[in-house]
Amino acid sequence: MSYQPTTDSPQQARKSLQGWRKRRGERLMVPPAEFTSYYGRAVLKEPTWEATDIAGYLFLGGLAGASSVLAAGAQASKRTELERASKVTAIGAISLSMVALVHDLGRPERFINMLRVFKPTSPMSVGSWVLSGYAPLAGLAAASRITGRAPRLGAAATAGAALLGPAVASYTAVLVADTAVPAWHEGFRELPFVFVGSGAAAAAGLGLLAAPVAETGPARRLAVLGAAAELAATARMEQRVGLIAETYHQGRAGTLLRAAKLLTTAGAVGGAMLGRRSRVAAAASGAALLAGSACTRFGIFEAGRASVKDPKYTVVPQRERISAADGFADAEPADT
Amino acid sequence: MTSDVAAAVGYQDPPPRKGFFTDTSVCIGCKACEVACKEWNAVPEDGLNFTGMSYDNTQSLGADTWRHVAFIEKPAASRSSVSLGMPTIGPPTGGTPTDRTPISSDVQNQAVPDVVAGQTQNAGTPDFQWLMASDVCKHCTHAACLDVCPTGALFRTEFGTVVVQQDVCNGCGYCVSACPYGVIDQRKDDGRVFKCTMCYDRLSVGEQPACAKACPTESIQYGDLDELRERAQQRVDTLHAAGMADARLYGESPDDGVGGNGAFFLLLDQPEVYGLPPAPVVTTADLASMWKHAAVAAAGLVVAAGVAFFGGRE
Repeated sequence: MSYQPTTDSPQQARKSLQGWRKRRGERLMVPPAEFTSYYGRAVLKEPTWEATDIAGYLFLGGLAGASSVLAAGAQASKRTELERASKVTAIGAISLSMVALVHDLGRPERFINMLRVFKPTSPMSVGSWVLSGYAPLAGLAAASRITGRAPRLGAAATAGAALLGPAVASYTAVLVADTAVPAWHEGFRELPFVFVGSGAAAAAGLGLLAAPVAETGPARRLAVLGAAAELAATARMEQRVGLIAETYHQGRAGTLLRAAKLLTTAGAVGGAMLGRRSRVAAAASGAALLAGSACTRFGIFEAGRASVKDPKYTVVPQRERISAADGFADAEPADT
Repeated sequence: MTSDVAAAVGYQDPPPRKGFFTDTSVCIGCKACEVACKEWNAVPEDGLNFTGMSYDNTQSLGADTWRHVAFIEKPAASRSSVSLGMPTIGPPTGGTPTDRTPISSDVQNQAVPDVVAGQTQNAGTPDFQWLMASDVCKHCTHAACLDVCPTGALFRTEFGTVVVQQDVCNGCGYCVSACPYGVIDQRKDDGRVFKCTMCYDRLSVGEQPACAKACPTESIQYGDLDELRERAQQRVDTLHAAGMADARLYGESPDDGVGGNGAFFLLLDQPEVYGLPPAPVVTTADLASMWKHAAVAAAGLVVAAGVAFFGGRE
């Protein structure tokens, strides 16, 4: 019991092998079917983050950032209801985000320490500064639109929020990727596209839900573009991360990510096909897009958790790296 | 480069980089290091559990465990020792390199005095091997926890070690997810994160860390990192010469994924057997690439919105 190597099922080993072939274009001579661990215990520590706070923030941050872009476009093209809905969404979502972020701290009363330094090596530090620039602009833009006051200041704030919005929507991918969590780190090339696509789909969904059909043409198109980007990036990520892709397919994460794909696809296609004719269909599509985006974020979050809990996802990819560096001549004979 | 980590962050004329060399081949699993650490640093209780994991009820490093002794019981037959081609007691052996004949008690007792205290030495029946190892924060050259800390609570000391300033930490937990060794963790009832400080207070007055001081077999050695690395290389050479082919250094190389550890180890099996990652890489090694990908994605959002608004026929 104490020294039994944990063995992958043949399917798991095969999956890992496929990942290898795709990545390296070479035949793996010794499939990483076996690995050892210390009593099956995790090598890494589980994230301290609560799903409702942090996965919720990933969703809301994406929704807010992309909504600010949508709002600027709506203002420029004089789609007043879409503009209003997007601006209110942006400030509402980012306010909730900040509450969630502070709530998740072990010492919420010390949240201001986030602005004690600026550290480019810490995506959380960069994000804190981006948020503290973005949130007031989103607030000003919404306040000006609702009250009708200070339209010039409102326009400037709208433009500023639209410039920072994409940063808000994309940096969260770097935030989670810049960790040792296998399902987050190994997807660092694709995650920004998954997250930005998901954010765009969510913002478009909110537009479809809240604005009249006559104004939602751009939202319908943005939904298609965002959903396509998210789905394509997700597919590429699943293919590239090899064995770790299991964590995107299994358990709670698998359920959430399957739901995300269905909802996002249904929302984007439904919006494009029916959203022009029927307000009800547009609203339903919008709701599906929002739910899909939330499922994506919670799914990725849970996949990260799962990839930490099982030492396999830490040890096997590192062993593969060693084998690759040794030219497949494994320097260390496997103990049996 | 690895020796002047302190100078690299701005210390004027810092002392030589300090470190631990934990030689697990002489660890006897007494847990004096665990106790000394707890006592000196006033680390709270970490749970009284029976795990069934050999003699390890401590389980792992964490906010309330800064030294952790791992116990692995393994059949000696699984050792891939090289044949020394020396006379042995017992049935004759094939003498090929794949032969798994254990080192005879003769060799253990005479040719290699005092090197294999971590193993059973019953004359003629070395069928069981007990690996013990005292784990600790690695005080990485490229420390992910320090890199990602958004408040600056984690910092590099003049000794080249990595320490949390408890009055600054706001409990964001980023370091917990960033550490490739699963060392640092959050104290739930407190909210902040805690880990080994290499006894920063003791180092500051020229003392050695509590664990090293208490270790009865000098399994935990403290000193200047450069000197420890030389000593460790000599030790591993000695063990190899004695036929212990499994002996290897872990975390000593400045060329590894974290730029080398300030606390490194001599192990008698693969790192993962002890719960250590075999080839960890500091997550921030890819950070520049991450930012680039995020910038492209962000630009993509602006372009997509432009297309959505002004590329349509309406």
